[in-house]
Amino acid sequence: MTYQFDFSPLLTYWPELAAGMVQTLRISCIAMVAGLVLGIALTALRMSPSRPLRWLAVSYIELVRNTPFLVQIFFIFFGLPALGLRFDATQAAVLAMSLNCSAYAAEIVRGGVQAVPKGQVEAGRALGLGTADIYRFIVFRPAIRAIYPSLCSQFVLLMLNSSLVAAISAEELTYAAQMIDNRTFRSFEIFAVVGLLYLALSQCLSLVLAAIGRAYFSYPSK
Amino acid sequence: MEQSAAPAIRLEHVSKWFGKLKVLQDVDLTVNRGEHIVLCGPSGSGKSTLIRCINRIEEVQEGRILVDGVELRGDGRNAEDIRRHVGMVFQQFNLFPHMTALENCMLAPRRIHRIGKDEARARAMGHLERVHLADHAQKYPAQLSGGQQQRVAIARALCMNPDILLFDEPTSALDPEMVKEVLDTMVELADAGITMICVTHEMGFARAVAHRVIFMDRGEILESAPPEEFFSAPRHERARTFLGQILNH
Amino acid sequence: MIREFGFPELLFVLEGARWTILLSALAFVCGGALGLAVALARTARSRALRWGATVYIQIFQGTPLLIQLFFVFFGLPLLGLQLNVWLAVTIGLALHASGYLGEIWRGGIQAVPAGQVEAARALGLGYRSAMIDVVLPQALRISLPATVGFLVNLVKGTALAALLGLTEATRAGQLMSNITFEPLRVYSAVGLVYFAICLPLTLWSARLERRLLRRG
Ligand SMILES: Nc1ncnc2c1ncn2[C@@H]1O[C@H](COP(=O)(O)OP(=O)(O)OP(=O)(O)O)[C@@H](O)[C@H]1O
Ligand SMILES: [Mg+2]
Repeated sequence: MTYQFDFSPLLTYWPELAAGMVQTLRISCIAMVAGLVLGIALTALRMSPSRPLRWLAVSYIELVRNTPFLVQIFFIFFGLPALGLRFDATQAAVLAMSLNCSAYAAEIVRGGVQAVPKGQVEAGRALGLGTADIYRFIVFRPAIRAIYPSLCSQFVLLMLNSSLVAAISAEELTYAAQMIDNRTFRSFEIFAVVGLLYLALSQCLSLVLAAIGRAYFSYPSK
Repeated sequence: MEQSAAPAIRLEHVSKWFGKLKVLQDVDLTVNRGEHIVLCGPSGSGKSTLIRCINRIEEVQEGRILVDGVELRGDGRNAEDIRRHVGMVFQQFNLFPHMTALENCMLAPRRIHRIGKDEARARAMGHLERVHLADHAQKYPAQLSGGQQQRVAIARALCMNPDILLFDEPTSALDPEMVKEVLDTMVELADAGITMICVTHEMGFARAVAHRVIFMDRGEILESAPPEEFFSAPRHERARTFLGQILNH
Repeated sequence: MIREFGFPELLFVLEGARWTILLSALAFVCGGALGLAVALARTARSRALRWGATVYIQIFQGTPLLIQLFFVFFGLPLLGLQLNVWLAVTIGLALHASGYLGEIWRGGIQAVPAGQVEAARALGLGYRSAMIDVVLPQALRISLPATVGFLVNLVKGTALAALLGLTEATRAGQLMSNITFEPLRVYSAVGLVYFAICLPLTLWSARLERRLLRRG
């Protein structure tokens, strides 16, 4: 007996798939921005003169980087309500993704800051600029530029990992796929198609991020 | 005006260590307003360290440093105030690569003097003009030659209207054909009467503008004399050896 | 009757962790073998091979691991194989690993100076020998930090097997959470179990990287 491929039942579900893609992109973009901002804050903590603060930042970063994202999602969605922190599935998903992204972003951003030559900071200090101004105006752009490719890969990975939030029934592309699967029993077809959709999403995201990089973080260099 | 009576820079018994290594040994130095000092000495003698202490990019462990009569506090609290009227030019230029020449010059006045964009631009253009780079204002550092970059760095320092300029080997990272344009700019500044301390081995420059040449070795000031005297009859043995090396190379 | 999350329950999670480790090891070994082929194809002289390997890598790096696992899980029966979670998850993770390791090792192979291959060829070594004796040992050394770093990702990736019903550490945690109603403690414990497995690998990877940087 050979299996008859049949993609036609999927056609009627294209609005669900499209909505799922949009939702995937939406939660991913929010998490990217939040994750980057938090990651920069973590980097600042990590370079602060206070030892306990540095230790706190490093512990957080390593804790997040060395545990599975799925467990983090379960911890936030199922575990935190015990502490009175209740979220709906989408909120928990965005929170988990942002926190997860922040640890990786922090690790990457630190590399960028270290890549900025010491003379740049000294030149800023010699002009009389304060530490905050030095980081904001002098270090930030070259630092981000130095690690922009790694940051983009991390963002794409974040978008792909967002598929895991389907496990707490947060609505996005994988969740839509599971729903369609339950209705049509065309498992193989649906996951093949959704795989292609993710592939398209990740390629588009890469292109868009690269364009943003060219617009905001590039300048002539030798 | 009590302040104007004070010398521009005064170092009293300044000593500094990097870990166990003592790089400044009981340095005493007074620089008067409008005075031009050339600081020279063998590699590793502490020249950079000395001028970096003056705007507290380096900390000192012993002694006092006064700039315009104001003492640099041990905790560095007033370092930023002092730096605002002490300009510094580095060997490696240290221009900000993501800003145009103009933006490099506008940043500090805007953030520190809190002046508007137009005023900052006018001031920056004025100083870029002064270093003959007005035509290159919109270029990024990577699009400028070494000599041009260093002149932008000088203009950037001037935009803060400093009373004192510190130069740390401003021409030694340059290709030979660009040295002159930077030295010419520095001579023009000297003629305008600004106080400067310049670490350099350009002896022609020293002869032309220096009021005093100071020779350092192993963290100590060994000699301080007008250029004619220093070049014709250095008193110290090590200064003689040093001069022999740089003049014959 | 509600059970507390106590020692027996923790033990259950730890037993699950055994499967986590076994699954990681299996996927790493199988994925490594396949990944080596991918890396060699990616750096081969044949255009078709290079192109094929590029597409292969793009597919595994451009789609979610979860979708890859579902795809294999539902695809196996189509090949006439019996539906088996273990088999599906192992194959899925191995394929996933081969895509990433292939790319990491490609970077390593290309980081070996071209002069090395030329020198080997000048000595009369064939492709096989030039690769095995000269290029791969150096490439492996260069890419070892990233390889260990990916192993950490693979260990974390095995958690997805829980979503297909395989009782490794995460699924064990889910089960314990369901009977104890103490998800906070259970998932903290599960997280710490993974942390205990992954942290040494992460530290090792960082140390390898520092050593590599120092040697230049
Ligand atoms: N950040 C630092 N940490 C430790 N030692 C340092 C540091 N900076 C300088 N030194 C040491 O202090 C001594 C003086 O250095 P300094 O840079 O002031 O010398 P210099 O006279 O400017 O030499 P050059 O002509 O090579 O620029 C040298 O022995 C140098 O190795
Ligand atoms: Mg020096």
